[in-house]
Amino acid sequence: MTEPQNQGQQQRWTPARVEDGPLVTGRGRFLDDIDPLPGTLVAAVVRSTQPHARLRSVDLSRARAHPGVAAVIGPEEVRAALRPFPLSTGTAMPYYPTGTDKVRFVGEPIAVVVATDRYTAEDAAELVAVDYEPLPVVVHPRAALAPDAPLLHEDAGSNVATDRTFSFGPVDEAFAQAAHVVEGEYDFPRYSSVPMECYSVIADWRDGGGDGSGGPSIEAWANFHGPFTMVPVMAGALGLPSSRIRLHVPADIGGSFGIKAGIYPYVVLMALASKHAGTPVRWTEDRAEHLLASSAGADRVMRFAAAVAADGTVTALKADLVDNVGAYLRPPEPSTLYRCFGNITGPYRIGAVEIRARAVVTNRMPVGLNRGFGGQQLYFGLERLMDAVADAVGQDVLEVRTRNLVGSFPHETPTGGVYDSGDYSAAVELAVKNADLAALRARQDEVRAAGGFYGIGVGLVVDPSGTNIGYVGLATPSEQRKPGRDKSGSTEHVRISVDMQGLVTVMLGSVPQGQGHATVARAVAARRLGLPVEQVRVVVDMDTATTPWTVTSGSYSSRFAPLVTSAVVGAADRIAGTVRAAAGVMLDLPPEELELADGLVRQRSEPDRDVQFRHAAGLVHWDPGALPPGTPARLYEEAAFTPAEVKAATKDDRINSSLCYGFVAEIVAVRIDPDTLEITLDRVSSVHDAGTVLNQQLLDGQVLGALTHALGGAMYEEFTYADSGQPTSGTFLDYLCPTAAETGYELRTDHVVSPSPLTPLGAKGCGEGSSMSFPVAFANAVADALRPAGVPITRLPLHGDVLHRLLDTKEY
Amino acid sequence: MKAPPFAYVRPATLDDVLAELAGGDAKVLAGGQSLVPVLAMRLGRPATLVDINSVADLHGLAAVSGALRVGAAVRQRTVERADAARAVPLIGMALPFVGHRELRSRGTVVGSLAHADPAAELPAVAACLEATIEVAGPSGRRSVPAAAFFTGAMTTGAGPDEIVVAVAFPTARPGEGFGFAEIARRHGDFALAGVATRVRVDADGITDARLTGFGISDRPVSRDVTALVQAAGEREPELRVATAELATEVVDTAGDAHGSTGYRRRLFGVLAARELARAVRHARRSSEEDPT
Repeated sequence: MTEPQNQGQQQRWTPARVEDGPLVTGRGRFLDDIDPLPGTLVAAVVRSTQPHARLRSVDLSRARAHPGVAAVIGPEEVRAALRPFPLSTGTAMPYYPTGTDKVRFVGEPIAVVVATDRYTAEDAAELVAVDYEPLPVVVHPRAALAPDAPLLHEDAGSNVATDRTFSFGPVDEAFAQAAHVVEGEYDFPRYSSVPMECYSVIADWRDGGGDGSGGPSIEAWANFHGPFTMVPVMAGALGLPSSRIRLHVPADIGGSFGIKAGIYPYVVLMALASKHAGTPVRWTEDRAEHLLASSAGADRVMRFAAAVAADGTVTALKADLVDNVGAYLRPPEPSTLYRCFGNITGPYRIGAVEIRARAVVTNRMPVGLNRGFGGQQLYFGLERLMDAVADAVGQDVLEVRTRNLVGSFPHETPTGGVYDSGDYSAAVELAVKNADLAALRARQDEVRAAGGFYGIGVGLVVDPSGTNIGYVGLATPSEQRKPGRDKSGSTEHVRISVDMQGLVTVMLGSVPQGQGHATVARAVAARRLGLPVEQVRVVVDMDTATTPWTVTSGSYSSRFAPLVTSAVVGAADRIAGTVRAAAGVMLDLPPEELELADGLVRQRSEPDRDVQFRHAAGLVHWDPGALPPGTPARLYEEAAFTPAEVKAATKDDRINSSLCYGFVAEIVAVRIDPDTLEITLDRVSSVHDAGTVLNQQLLDGQVLGALTHALGGAMYEEFTYADSGQPTSGTFLDYLCPTAAETGYELRTDHVVSPSPLTPLGAKGCGEGSSMSFPVAFANAVADALRPAGVPITRLPLHGDVLHRLLDTKEY
Repeated sequence: MKAPPFAYVRPATLDDVLAELAGGDAKVLAGGQSLVPVLAMRLGRPATLVDINSVADLHGLAAVSGALRVGAAVRQRTVERADAARAVPLIGMALPFVGHRELRSRGTVVGSLAHADPAAELPAVAACLEATIEVAGPSGRRSVPAAAFFTGAMTTGAGPDEIVVAVAFPTARPGEGFGFAEIARRHGDFALAGVATRVRVDADGITDARLTGFGISDRPVSRDVTALVQAAGEREPELRVATAELATEVVDTAGDAHGSTGYRRRLFGVLAARELARAVRHARRSSEEDPT
């Protein structure tokens, strides 16, 4: 027997989260670690090498004959068994999990090979012969809009998947009367979040399963994290009721930040593969597949215009947004256009706004959720524009912003958003103070005097959380929206139970991606029930057959803090009611005189009269006959948090697109080497208002993580394509994620706390703020640095080579 | 990303390695940091992988008779930590730029030379120092000067039935100074442009200056820059004028999304001037410290 190596040593590390121990000791159980069904075979996917081509033929015969292969399916099997996924708009751009008539991007699935192991499956996949008829290619959104552009979906007659125009308030009047009209055209790039575990699915097709229904059903495991609106989308493709898809999501999904919402087509595809193989099938995406064909945030080209009074007041805004959604309008797109609809005027009092919202298809990988979803794109335009407004009126970039800031709450925006709380000017002041802006300005003067480049940029953003899925309706004109079929809501469900020993179990349907939901839910429930946290455990594994969930469930749009914790409060309070009733019997006191604290149920006025929580809970289990009449012996409680403030879109297309609205004020200082043009972050001051802080360490982690994610988009990461349609960022040699070595800059973070009046704890979401603010604050800083050189900054990412080409193409 | 089928052998002697390589469709596996991804992407399909890690003779690392000899199985990290390697200061300057520590713990010095990525650091060090590459094959052993070894992108003077058994880097002499720098998109990436420099001084002044660029062409490119360094000394602005001119001549890579040809020329010119100046300073110090 070997002695434990660390016997007698002091414990040197205390995990900050209940999740941490298993994760840092290699005991996390990710999708690829679990093997729930005996006899599961392994799939490999055959993918298009062509960006745009008609499929003349797909010959599966040699692959089917390969030893060890159980089944091979291709376009024929897909067409025979599936319907196109239901889209959010009526556009004729049918989307299947594989190409059927054509392929429209490099990496699009064409066939699936199911074999004994992945090596064999990949060997056989090479034997699938695809005869392509190449078609003209379009990869740039502006080119895709051209009238003579190659059409991806001929039946649609255009590459424009959706095109809507909205106008609120006296826009034309404001522009007619404006002292200045300030315009700008901006491009936002396409990048991802690069999860640690790629997509992974286990699917089992059962014909006439034993549930008495007689029809087929599917049991699947996937590292999917919602939105669960995609469950009916999957069901629609399969032609099954939603409840015939039983979906499991393990507690550890290996990260996502939105990217894994795009996994659902593979759940359907592997279910079909399982049907043909007659066994369960598993498929784990490898990194090459992931970078080629999973998902990314939408790239956007946009044009903004502001009507500005002589004093710098912005009186109206025009926004023309064109999202490049890739080859298909994969649901939930075109949501990138609408997620920020209610906060499209950002933190500013702008009373009139006109929006044109378009999505175009191109021969690129489809897009979807990515941390900050729609925010980084919007604010890149809006906050670059505010710098141009400052220039036009001859004011400092902070002065002109402060002049326009929303000052009182609740604040209703022209597009229907209702900002619940905030103190924007206090947050800006704190960010300025922490940045030591005066010292940064002095440093800038010094560097400039020596012929160098130094810049300071500002980004102020409203950070929406708790999405109202009703915004999806905006993609459809209101006269075409069916009466009685409105969509709205940002509901979350929670179940809490108490066992015979008084131990509390909180069951979440929040499908976390690693954010620490269990840690926070445990603390909230324990506090609400007056228990030590050790007496509460949290289950986050999702099983759609047993976990409480609804169509809006999922880990997206920073829903946990505002919505899930609110449901935890609701369910805990019901449990508390039952426990108080039981304790009332034991103490012979009316339940309303009792409180829960310190693991006890005690009389408020005479705290010495108490019973232990566990004994009161025990009474409910063991002696329900003793309960007062009308008190059910029920220590299982479910609660749904259903805020009233999130309604469906109005007839005039206004919508409160999120429940809560936080705020970020960010100041970024950069230094640029005048010789090598390398950009170095000199200092970042970031102030967040996420309402009540539930866990400071986790909030700080979200801020740092969002900043690092944004740093990727600002300086390093981009999915690029050659004009031929071939991806040029297919490996980590070319798709550059920032590493620890790139994040060593001076960071000063801080918080302003404006509790939300709409959530019981006052908490708002906090997972995405800097993902939205940092890219533009960084771009503003670089633009400020290069001001002496007169170089316009209208796009990202920015790095030495980009600056070189902007500065002096002639010299070299 | 699963490798196609291949045979795997792990011989214990160099003769057995050569016997395995004789078929012509075998690849040498040392640290695997470049080869294994190539296999996983199915970009290469060798019939046999010849793992050389059990060949004791290939693990040698020693400074003897004016050279540091590094065997084919020696990890980059081993060299980085070895006292013997201090005799070749340029290696110590270059190795921290090679990937990350985790990668250097597997990757080998010789493997990097044999792979011959045009943007890799160690081929440039070998070229700058005029190292000798020792190659073994069916017809015996031969020594190839680094300048002749790198024949193009990912191509070397070693044949498919040969193996690089070692590299010998000349150890630094008194009066020699060195410079090394590169610029990459991120720490640990292959260089957009990089330079290695070696300057020799004696009592009369600068006697020799050598500049090697990498990431700028299909192989490391070396130039004798003695005249220009003698003229400019360690004065960077003057060096800059000359190196900028040199950049238009030697930087001929097509460029990509990370660095255009023009940007790589800019970087080469800036880094060359900086690192030549550094090497001059270093050489003067080294010359003063030496009692002879």
